[in-house]
Amino acid sequence: MATREVISTGNELAALAAVDAGCMFFGGYPLTPSSEVMHVISDLLPKKGGVAIQMEDEIGGICAVIGAAMVGQRALTATSGPGMSLKAEQLGLAQMTEVPLVCVNVMRGGPSTGLPTRVSQGDILQAKNPSHGDYKSITLCAGSLAECYTEVVRAFNLADRFMQPVIVLLDETIGHMHGKADIPTAEDVEAGIVPRKRFDGPAEEYFPYGVGFDEPAVLNPMYEGYRYHFTGLHHDKNGFPTEEIETCRKLIQRLEDKVALHEDEVESFEEFMMDDAEVMIVAYGSVSLAAKESIRHLRKEGIKAGLFRPITIWPSPAKKIKEHTDKIKKVLVVELNIGQYHSEIQRAAARLDIEGLFKVNGRPISPHEIVSKVKEL
Amino acid sequence: MAFNYDKYLRLEKMPTLWCWGCGDGVILKAFVRAIEKMGVSQDDVCVVSGIGCSGRFSSYVDFNTVHTTHGRTIAYATGIKLARPDKMVVCVAGDGDALAIGGNHTIHGCRRNIDLTMIIINNFIYGLTNSQTSPTTPKGMWTVSQKAGNIDPTFDTCKLAIAAGASFVARESMLDPKKLEKSMIKAMQHKGFSMMEVLSNCHINLGRKNKMVSAMENLEWIDSITTPKKKYDAMTPEERLNLLPTGILHEDTEADEYCDMYAEIQKVHQGVRKVITQDDFAKKI
Repeated sequence: MATREVISTGNELAALAAVDAGCMFFGGYPLTPSSEVMHVISDLLPKKGGVAIQMEDEIGGICAVIGAAMVGQRALTATSGPGMSLKAEQLGLAQMTEVPLVCVNVMRGGPSTGLPTRVSQGDILQAKNPSHGDYKSITLCAGSLAECYTEVVRAFNLADRFMQPVIVLLDETIGHMHGKADIPTAEDVEAGIVPRKRFDGPAEEYFPYGVGFDEPAVLNPMYEGYRYHFTGLHHDKNGFPTEEIETCRKLIQRLEDKVALHEDEVESFEEFMMDDAEVMIVAYGSVSLAAKESIRHLRKEGIKAGLFRPITIWPSPAKKIKEHTDKIKKVLVVELNIGQYHSEIQRAAARLDIEGLFKVNGRPISPHEIVSKVKEL
Repeated sequence: MAFNYDKYLRLEKMPTLWCWGCGDGVILKAFVRAIEKMGVSQDDVCVVSGIGCSGRFSSYVDFNTVHTTHGRTIAYATGIKLARPDKMVVCVAGDGDALAIGGNHTIHGCRRNIDLTMIIINNFIYGLTNSQTSPTTPKGMWTVSQKAGNIDPTFDTCKLAIAAGASFVARESMLDPKKLEKSMIKAMQHKGFSMMEVLSNCHINLGRKNKMVSAMENLEWIDSITTPKKKYDAMTPEERLNLLPTGILHEDTEADEYCDMYAEIQKVHQGVRKVITQDDFAKKI
């Protein structure tokens, strides 16, 4: 794949990626540290005939995005933790109605107003279940400037493949990081777009939700002669409300299985110096950059450390994690929260002796701190 | 010949979940007749509803239909309209939906003057959920959440919409379906944000506990609190005290419509026109 070198920030690259991936609509609300996504995309979208609208609140932002996506457009919203909390109910409607969209969350300190301008990874568990009810969240996490671009592109393709919202987690450090990045060319991104499935037969034979047990809904764009119904209520194959027992069970099971039975299409991770590793560090997002630096130091001192970095956070690459943790005794999860992904690693590894290095004061974790912690193990 | 509604209804969804004697059906029928008279294709109309009795409106009519979350109809409709400015979007919401939980979207929809039609079915109560106080429940009425009598002041939906910037504002009641239909046509034909408040009855969950046990008694009360705008305008402030004017209350055909204005933003970024400045607007603040 051809690449191009750009000098930019994570937030700007996320906006650029959306536009290159065919996004035509942005709806959002200013929220530190994500606002630059809106600043950039509000210039880029109108240029290509799209729309970027600053709504009256976070909820309005995602509602407008879901509306545009119902019409058939690729659509984006961007926010941070407090905004995710507000958008949660609408993310649930998008899961239930199977409307694809991408939601970028540039994580800051929480809970509540927290540390608005400082880094955190406190929204990991929120990303798994932002709304009430059962569904299978897809959440990606950028670990470099280039990934702020590539993961947003991938998110759009996954959203249309699985017909549901896809969350892309950046953190304040990655979002505001300024530097060089090698990213795919816009032509390559465009060539890689897999458009949503659509039904082209006669309208009377169209059942948007009448699909196989592990398949996403097939939602034709609105206004094209296939008049159907969206509802957040449990619904039948036509999209109309129902309380019929089997229909309700099958619907919710399908929302789970359409992702759970195809996790291989979503899975993504990086292994850094893992071949001979005797210490496994698990880190993601900006923390993984410090982890890589610490591994270089540790290796110089003869400690064989390696990094396992999940890029798809949810569903977690559980099988791959277990493969490693079955062989490697010393496992350390490093994250900017009090063990939100640590608990997932424990679950995947089926081990309770997973070590953790956590920080929740809004400051990044330094390579030095990781080196010291590894030496204690 | 009697009007044939079948073409516009999802007949397999009938009968509706609405109570016997509910005004929502009258409003639905007026809406369908209005669409027929406008000659708009069903494929070109989207009906967006929220939560409450009015939320079911969208599932009964055969258009592109969206049943959204509580209070968010206008926000969803804004995305739909901006994605396809050439098509029609109609929101249907209740008084609790549009004025309580969704109040923020309602006032900002009005302010933006985006080309949507908002039909607020005002039955003065949360009907679906058994009689809780809504922002239009008259003071002193019994509600299940204020059994000692409602003390919360009411919103005047239409005054609110006018103050917020809606360019078309009308109020009708379901007592006069012909007039309702005519106003609906005008609201939907108007370019810009059209607010259409329709007063309706809920004898089951408002009336029963407030001395209006039948639909007729509830409707007689609605009749007693409404008067045509012309009459209302000629009244003294004392006479107007407990009356709501009906008819077209505000119409501004000159106001800038949001999708049109956004097209200007697109032109700026495409290098077709210069950046928008204060000089482009007669009214700036």
